[in-house]
Amino acid sequence: MTAAPTAAAPRHSRVIDLLRGAPILGPVAALILACIFFATQTDRFLSGANFSLILQQVMVVGTLAIGQELVILTGGIDLSNGMIMALSSVLTTGLIANSGVHPFLAVVLGLAVCVAFGVLNGWLTTAIGLPPFIVTLGTFNIAYALVRIYTTATITSVPDSLLFFGNTFSIGSTEITYGSILMLVLFAIAWLVLGSTRAGRSVYAVGDNPEAARLAGIRTSRVLVGVYAMAALSYGIAGLLLVARTGVGDPQAGQTGNLDSITAVVLGGTSLLGGRGQIMGALVGALIVGVFRNGLQLMGVGSIYQVLITGILVILAVSVDYLSHRAK
Amino acid sequence: MFLKLALPVVTLIALAASPAAAADPIVIGLITKTETNPFFVKMKEGAASESTRLGAKLLTGAGAKDGDNEGQVTAMENMINAGAKGILITPSDTKAIVPSIQKARKKGVLVIALDTATEPVTAVDALFATNNFDAGLLIGQWAKGAMAGKKPVIATLDLQPGITVGAQRHNGFLQGFGVAKADPNSSDLVTAPQVVCSQDTHGNQAEGQAAMENCLSKNPDINLVYTINEPAAFGAFTAVKAAGKDKQIVIVSVDGGCRGVQGVVDGKIAATSQQYPLKMATMGVEAVVNYAKTGKKASGYVDTGVTLVTDRPQAGVASKDSKFGTASCWGKK
Repeated sequence: MTAAPTAAAPRHSRVIDLLRGAPILGPVAALILACIFFATQTDRFLSGANFSLILQQVMVVGTLAIGQELVILTGGIDLSNGMIMALSSVLTTGLIANSGVHPFLAVVLGLAVCVAFGVLNGWLTTAIGLPPFIVTLGTFNIAYALVRIYTTATITSVPDSLLFFGNTFSIGSTEITYGSILMLVLFAIAWLVLGSTRAGRSVYAVGDNPEAARLAGIRTSRVLVGVYAMAALSYGIAGLLLVARTGVGDPQAGQTGNLDSITAVVLGGTSLLGGRGQIMGALVGALIVGVFRNGLQLMGVGSIYQVLITGILVILAVSVDYLSHRAK
Repeated sequence: MFLKLALPVVTLIALAASPAAAADPIVIGLITKTETNPFFVKMKEGAASESTRLGAKLLTGAGAKDGDNEGQVTAMENMINAGAKGILITPSDTKAIVPSIQKARKKGVLVIALDTATEPVTAVDALFATNNFDAGLLIGQWAKGAMAGKKPVIATLDLQPGITVGAQRHNGFLQGFGVAKADPNSSDLVTAPQVVCSQDTHGNQAEGQAAMENCLSKNPDINLVYTINEPAAFGAFTAVKAAGKDKQIVIVSVDGGCRGVQGVVDGKIAATSQQYPLKMATMGVEAVVNYAKTGKKASGYVDTGVTLVTDRPQAGVASKDSKFGTASCWGKK
């Protein structure tokens, strides 16, 4: 490509090329622009304490989005994630508070239930070949019902050990929540696995073209079941973060977790068609939502505008993905 | 490309937001359960006009939907970062919000619950609210008079499990009707042999209609229907009318919204207990401004009052007619 565009190449093709090469650039630019905008609008935005707060506020949806990203990369979608999270958090806190189970065992049991749900999602998708949308819509309702069969009352006596990830440590005068760090570590692990392991490459391959992946010797069913199980594990961890953040086991939680996490994934430039996207995009996507919510609130703009902006951003992000894909 | 597209968005936000005032006004946060319920819209109106009158700055926030605790927590954190002196909140999840309220109070923020009590009530500095048990009691007492000489067959269209307001109205109604005894603060529903059908409606018209349809197929002899709020009551009326029983079934409700009072005028709702969101918000804003100026915190429970609105008054039960109800209602007329 030369510096002067020729008639054959449309004017915007370099931007498109850039975005196709690194689809995360668009979302990152949007995030930075949003931060600059809010910094000029309110003097309370640009502080370590406020950024730490934003990070803490997105730690639950961010962790949910890790699992959602994995599933979407395979060309699937997971509607059940928020309810699986709610089930594990209510079960874990309930086992401790109502049944006297040791906190460690309760956490393990909670996570095990999540993984079981993930395996169920994966198995129904692969063995019977049902569409993920329908499978996870079903498990969403099952988990919703199980939460309410188990308890309708909020569990308030949560032991301190479960609140650890809601505690903070200080860097200078800025207090940082341990849970935010856990979320960042989980993103780093997912990034390493997706980028540098055979398993990670299989996830992309299955999402891009399952038939080609199968012919290339990838056991697609095993990859899919593994992805749904790992995703569900991340929902379980999100549940623990939720408990740490709010200090309670809340049976009302998680009902919009699916759409919130899909929003983060899409804002991060991941294609809903599967096979294209970067895990760090989901983090950026979650942060974009968090920054807008925080910034608009600091400015005193009603929260309905936060919803409006999120809607516009989602459509923008999908348009960018679609246009850059079509340009290929 | 992305930049080009992002520009209108930024412009839009700039239009939606007004720049911060030069002086440092007292900042007050108002967090409602949802953005859309007319009850909270009225509350916001009241808080906004009172804030303007007293020169304070009002920040508002809400959960994404009823029951969204995390959304309310997030709004509260952001408001505290914005320098709020006091937070007025209608807690969506009365227990789950408590740890976050405690954190806010530790930072010296005055927290006042509006409309809905936290569990425990003492988690906040003060509570400005309707006494929901009394609201239920009033329609129960009225119904007892109205049903005199008939064998009551009751359906209750409730809120959802675990929410105090729902239990208080329901229990108040049954106690007022004289068929049950209840603890006014309990979040568990009591029942009575006269109650043949109880269904959750989430306070929503469509679910209220479905619930009433199901109740009528379970027991076609129902002649008295308690509803958690007026949307549920309208849903119930649609079902009752479709079954051709609108002359024999009495529907009572709670709220006193303008649509609800119109329902009383139209004869769809026989009686409703009216509450006053504007008053709650106005008092809340005054309390925060007072705290910011004098350091004195409001405390305890302040009953913002409830009035029985009906055009069929019963002996021994204080009530006002729908004309009064219309003059003091909230929401769109």
